[in-house]
Amino acid sequence: MIQETVGSAKAPGAARGGRLPKINPVFFVLAALLVAITLSNPNFVEPTGYMNFLKRAAPLAILAAGQIYVIVSGGFDLSVGSVITLTVVGSSVLLNNNADATWWVIPVMYAVGLAVGVVNGLVVSYLRVPSLIATLGMMITLNGAAFMWSSGSPRGYLPETFRFFGRTNIQGIPLIQFLPVALLVLIVVGLCLFWLMHRTNLGRLLHAIGDNPRAAQMSGVPLERVRIIAFVISSLSAVTAGILLGGFAGVSTDVGVGYELQAITACVIGGAQLLGGRGSVPASIAGALTLTAIFTLLNFIGLPKPVRDVVQGVILIVAVVLATYRRNRAGGT
Amino acid sequence: MNTATLTKRPAWRMERYAPALLLAAALAIYIAIALSLGHTRFLTPEAAVSILNRSIALGITAVGQTFAILVGSIDLSVAHLISASAVVSSAIMNGDPAMMVPAVLAVLLMGAVVGTLNGLLITKLEVNPLIATLGMALIIQGCLASFHGRFGGSVPDAFQYFAYGEVLGLPVSLIVLALLVLAAWAVLRFTRFGSNIYSVGGNRDTARAAGIKTARVVMASHIICSLCASLAGLYLASRLKSGSPWIGTEGAYDLESIAVVVIGGTILSGGKGGIWGTVAGVIIFSLIDSIFNLAGVDAFAKQVMRGIIIVAAVAFYAVRSKRIVA
Repeated sequence: MIQETVGSAKAPGAARGGRLPKINPVFFVLAALLVAITLSNPNFVEPTGYMNFLKRAAPLAILAAGQIYVIVSGGFDLSVGSVITLTVVGSSVLLNNNADATWWVIPVMYAVGLAVGVVNGLVVSYLRVPSLIATLGMMITLNGAAFMWSSGSPRGYLPETFRFFGRTNIQGIPLIQFLPVALLVLIVVGLCLFWLMHRTNLGRLLHAIGDNPRAAQMSGVPLERVRIIAFVISSLSAVTAGILLGGFAGVSTDVGVGYELQAITACVIGGAQLLGGRGSVPASIAGALTLTAIFTLLNFIGLPKPVRDVVQGVILIVAVVLATYRRNRAGGT
Repeated sequence: MNTATLTKRPAWRMERYAPALLLAAALAIYIAIALSLGHTRFLTPEAAVSILNRSIALGITAVGQTFAILVGSIDLSVAHLISASAVVSSAIMNGDPAMMVPAVLAVLLMGAVVGTLNGLLITKLEVNPLIATLGMALIIQGCLASFHGRFGGSVPDAFQYFAYGEVLGLPVSLIVLALLVLAAWAVLRFTRFGSNIYSVGGNRDTARAAGIKTARVVMASHIICSLCASLAGLYLASRLKSGSPWIGTEGAYDLESIAVVVIGGTILSGGKGGIWGTVAGVIIFSLIDSIFNLAGVDAFAKQVMRGIIIVAAVAFYAVRSKRIVA
């Protein structure tokens, strides 16, 4: 009753404000951070400045856009970091410095990602193992597999044809001078995942099972299938991120370390609700950009890596506190 | 009616005895491998003690983690707290036996503070426990790394008694762990606080409606969890003579302790399980390690199988449950 009155009292205000209250605060935070970066380093407004920023942020943004599917459905995917490692290490082994092999190595890696996602989904859905444990086990297994595959010491390099996606800039584009392929990949993947989450039935089903799995099941949602799809999307996004990261960085067995937590952090900054039911793809991508922007800013200011950890910890907690506060003020749900 | 009870009973038993069954299976495999390879010296009581002695730190941490998980929470900050405790204790002691007591007190105080902060974040600010403790882990890691240059020192020889001393042929550390387990069991089994933990873990709203001060129970559980992690840090400092800032993360004590608790049959969502399951889980883990060592499995293959075993062990009893997990 009380909530109803509050709701009706608020309604005119909301109407006057138009769409404003609906905008996710992460976009304002991101804008503020970008202004701050520009102030501390004016070169940032040059195409090389912001394009490199976007290029560096692309893998995390893609990862967050995939992770949000699992988070919305009520789980976690901790295996994405190890999928990245496996993609980079596995590609270098399969390619064996042979540039012509790229065309079949990339589909093979996607097949591996698909298999990982399906296994995650099957274990969670049918063996009823909590996703935290299931994907943790997958993470340990895949890290071991990456070591085994490379006999412990990955060597060699990835040929230019493979690094094309992460590294190349398309030159000579009017207005912005050049466009990194990584950004193009981010835009395409982001649009696809946005459409899938917010414009199709699958997105609604994901939200439904994350919000109340029992109710969703009773209304006929194919719980298992939807969950498996969520894990597959997350794993495939991790393979994509791995291919991009393989382009930037060299081959090593710790490329993916820590990415699973950064991806979850990005989703949380984007206002996703852990344990399901709420989350958006654009906000998660913005969350990933925000996280990268914070790191960039700390870097410009000259703060060392340990401070970055502390800041990431504080941001993580503050983001969740604010999300809870907003939700409580909005009246439950 | 009769058929219903008949079909129901095994499921109930299964869940209850799954950890014991898993432990028996692990033990049987260990004995079979030792016998088939002719290594009978690995079947003596001394060998049993040395197997147990390998997982003291994990055991101490897992006892604390059991409290956090039972109350429906989780603690991902234990690994970094272990590192911090080891580093701080060796820095304060700095080889001086007179500083042993202040150092231990300081470390336990640090544990209590971290536990209180975790508890406050989770209860007062309503932060998801996973995120709250993960954030705390990052903060501890950052603080540790930025001060690390100034920390040095080592523990005095007298303090190494904790890890290497023996009483009546049993290692002191093993006795400490056993006492800790007994204390935890007594608290969970016989005290009101213990039953409150189960109530709050089972259903927080109902527990609150029943008049339990849920926030206090959650907070106390987190303080116990952090104190155990600090104790594990002290043990590691005592064993390795000095603390290093990666001691906790290298052992992956955060994820391993959770895995051990869950393999022991404690349910991640809380309210169901107990300390003996955790003990079984710890022993299973050290047996698995010993089996791999006996069989001479390559280190990377070991990791692959470890991951599969964790999932399989949890699936072993989870597959029968009707609850929908996420």
